[in-house]
Amino acid sequence: MVAFTLNGESRQVDAEADKPLLWVLREDLDIVGPKYGCGVAACGACTVHIDGQAVRSCSIALGDVAGRSVLTIEGLSRGRLHAVQQAWIEQQVPQCGYCQPGFIMATVALLQAKPNPSDADIDEALTNICRCGTYSAIRRAVHRAATILSGAS
Amino acid sequence: MKPVTRRRLLIGGGILAGGVLGVGFWFGRERDRLGSRTLFNVKSGEAGLNGWVKIGRNNIVTVAVPRAEMGQGVQTALAMLVAEEMDARWNQMRVEDPPDDAVYSNVEILVDGLPFSPEETGPIVDVAHWSAAKLAGVLGLSLTGGSTSTRDAWLPMRTAGAVARDLLLRAASRKAGLPVAELSVSEGEVLRKDGSRVATFGELIDFVGDLSAMPPPPLKKPSEFKLLGKPLPRLDVPAKTMGAATYGIDVRLPGLLYAAVLNAPTFGGSASGFKLKDNLPKGVETVILVPGGIAAIGTSWWRANKFLAEGLEVQWQPGPEPKLDSATLWKRYEALMESAEPALTRTLGSESKGAKTERFEATYRAPYLAHTTMEPMNCTARVKAGSVEVWMPNQSPSLMRMVAAKTADVPQEGVSVHTTFLGGGFGRRAEVDLVRQAVSCAMAVPERPVQVLWSREQDIRHDYYRPMALARWRAEIEGSPASPRLIGVSKRQVAQSAMDQLLARTMGLPIQGKPEPNAVDNPPYAFPFYRLDAVVAESSVPVGIWRSVGHSHTAFFDESFVDELALALKKDPLAFRRELLADKPRHLKVLETVARESGWGRPLPPGSGRGLALRASFGSIVAQVAEVAVPDGKTLQVKRVTCAIDCGPVVNPAIVRAQMESGIIYGLSAALYGEITIANGAVEQANFPDYDAVRLADAPQMSVHLVDGGSSFIGGVGEPGTPPIAPAVANAVFAATGKRLRSLPLSLG
Repeated sequence: MVAFTLNGESRQVDAEADKPLLWVLREDLDIVGPKYGCGVAACGACTVHIDGQAVRSCSIALGDVAGRSVLTIEGLSRGRLHAVQQAWIEQQVPQCGYCQPGFIMATVALLQAKPNPSDADIDEALTNICRCGTYSAIRRAVHRAATILSGAS
Repeated sequence: MKPVTRRRLLIGGGILAGGVLGVGFWFGRERDRLGSRTLFNVKSGEAGLNGWVKIGRNNIVTVAVPRAEMGQGVQTALAMLVAEEMDARWNQMRVEDPPDDAVYSNVEILVDGLPFSPEETGPIVDVAHWSAAKLAGVLGLSLTGGSTSTRDAWLPMRTAGAVARDLLLRAASRKAGLPVAELSVSEGEVLRKDGSRVATFGELIDFVGDLSAMPPPPLKKPSEFKLLGKPLPRLDVPAKTMGAATYGIDVRLPGLLYAAVLNAPTFGGSASGFKLKDNLPKGVETVILVPGGIAAIGTSWWRANKFLAEGLEVQWQPGPEPKLDSATLWKRYEALMESAEPALTRTLGSESKGAKTERFEATYRAPYLAHTTMEPMNCTARVKAGSVEVWMPNQSPSLMRMVAAKTADVPQEGVSVHTTFLGGGFGRRAEVDLVRQAVSCAMAVPERPVQVLWSREQDIRHDYYRPMALARWRAEIEGSPASPRLIGVSKRQVAQSAMDQLLARTMGLPIQGKPEPNAVDNPPYAFPFYRLDAVVAESSVPVGIWRSVGHSHTAFFDESFVDELALALKKDPLAFRRELLADKPRHLKVLETVARESGWGRPLPPGSGRGLALRASFGSIVAQVAEVAVPDGKTLQVKRVTCAIDCGPVVNPAIVRAQMESGIIYGLSAALYGEITIANGAVEQANFPDYDAVRLADAPQMSVHLVDGGSSFIGGVGEPGTPPIAPAVANAVFAATGKRLRSLPLSLG
């Protein structure tokens, strides 16, 4: 049994300690927002937050999450739409949409660390892959979310 | 072989019948595709108005979208067609996957396969189109591809909207006791002449009763459109932003099992047996042989996948070319280039011999490419006595049903296919390998649903690849070096035929030995003489349809060569194209737009350059200018891409722009990084670290300009953005460095 906090709730999971968090979420906890894309931390589709940091959940073992706090896209908006999701809808970012939960979680972490990121900051932080090529919309949405969060919207 | 023969006869018969019955075909075609009021999953609290639209007591209008939403915005575009003619409010619109019925067949994709160019008209073309429409109805072929969805839906779905509106007006007339002539519809409400409301659509559900569909009133003129042509928000964006959209990989059913697969390493190989090294671990219930490989089935995909890699020894049977490598393949192609009989030869214009001609020649190469949809390949299936249920991100429920039925040996009526959101398609998801394996797995655990998922490594190593191709362009030039004159051009091209292989492996049609149609499209330019010789190559590497199909590599060959030719003729690449497109006003307008918007001709810093390319594909004309910088002579940076498109009438300009950007990035990933190589009969690449894609940091700034060339033909937008980008970048590299790159991916190393 491994215990950790998931989207604000205490959870206990009976799974192998070496099982990657991504598969614990998807197979044991019915949390399917984080997506499988590569399994080698190369594409970012599985990005979640662990203690506030963006982490590629395909490459961290359940055992390493014990006692920590995990946030997935499902837990992002509590009662009201998160500013990043609001910006994503305003800018009509998703196409196929498969990679977007990963991008959104990476963006939320970026804006917590850098509330007003430059284009270079965005390039450095968002190394996820989107095969539909929504990159220019993502860039617009990140800047827009920064504006919303700064209260200047 | 018997079913194949019958199908061939049917195709022939369809064309013949068309010759006899080709009168009044437009009216018949829309009526044939309207569908009954009970067809579209009508539930309690809903009223069906025809096969494409139903209304709910909650005032929701639900539209049947029988096409795969893989990011191209088809749900939104198709719902807009219905909403426009119904005069519905955009925010009351929803979409739903309709049941299997011939009214939802994609007629245009068969029309597209006819040997006419999209712009051609006339009685023979009409008859052939009519026949293809009838044939699509008979085959019931539901397929998303060829950038055809909006063109296919344009008349049937607008007609469905107009018929629905008419029916609601008559229902409101019943309710209000007023003649229909006294009523009108606006934004989801029926109004009296004084503007007062009779009812919302939802309030009419009890008055629709047994009213039957009447012949539709005339459809709106473009000047009357209220929704079409507007950048309305996409219907799928909220769910996709909340992480709530269900893709194939997210399907969860009671008692669901997962299956991981290892496919035979060499192409065309199989597994003949296996030996367990130890007992099955917790989480793995059984291991079985499946078509093409071996599957481990259990309660954890992660465990099953790990077990396949570590827990057993498999006896692999090699495919027909277990020693094949890329160098051998290129040698084979080079030999074919020199001596093979072409499968197709075509000439345009008249050949003449100049007095003193010089030959200018260039050879180009394009590699195999994988699709790498973000969502790896998967399919969920459940087999019960005599029936199969499939949940799958797929581009053709018809093909999936056909193969599921055959695999489980049940009649096609016993198969139901649920299409989820697709995490990318790009052509890969029209293939039937996953449904075959999923049904095979489900047969091993009857009554229980099994979700087959391939690892990214399996996805890259067992794709149906964009064909590798070799092309040699030649030009005959006469006159003095100071004033050269073009006499004619010829191209000899070697590639496998993706379409041929696809139809053979999915529908069982015989191999035709003909080149893929898009790969032999004529260039739009008025060359004095043009000759094409297309050789069809053979190899054990399976090829398939990859976003824009043959245009993806031939645009690189053709538009690189046109640039080189301009230089040989001492002309500016833009001016040269302008000359050769003098009698093509739509092409010319696209060309002039991209030139103006990109600042063509304006100076750039040293080490930078602009490159131009133009390609008409899937009924649309696209031109792009890429601006590159090569700061150190080696590192290639694509800074900016300007794109102009004429796709005919625009349903949703925001989606057209997004699709152009999407096509550019997809094509750019291939142009900069995409290369599948073969060693020992297998693919060498495995995952994103060695088969990379463009990311944010190397994505160019893009601007997209929509051009109205006055055409009423609905061009596609899902694919046409991809072909021009590789040659635009290669041409820009030449402008920046003087180096001509004739092989993809582009490398200055």
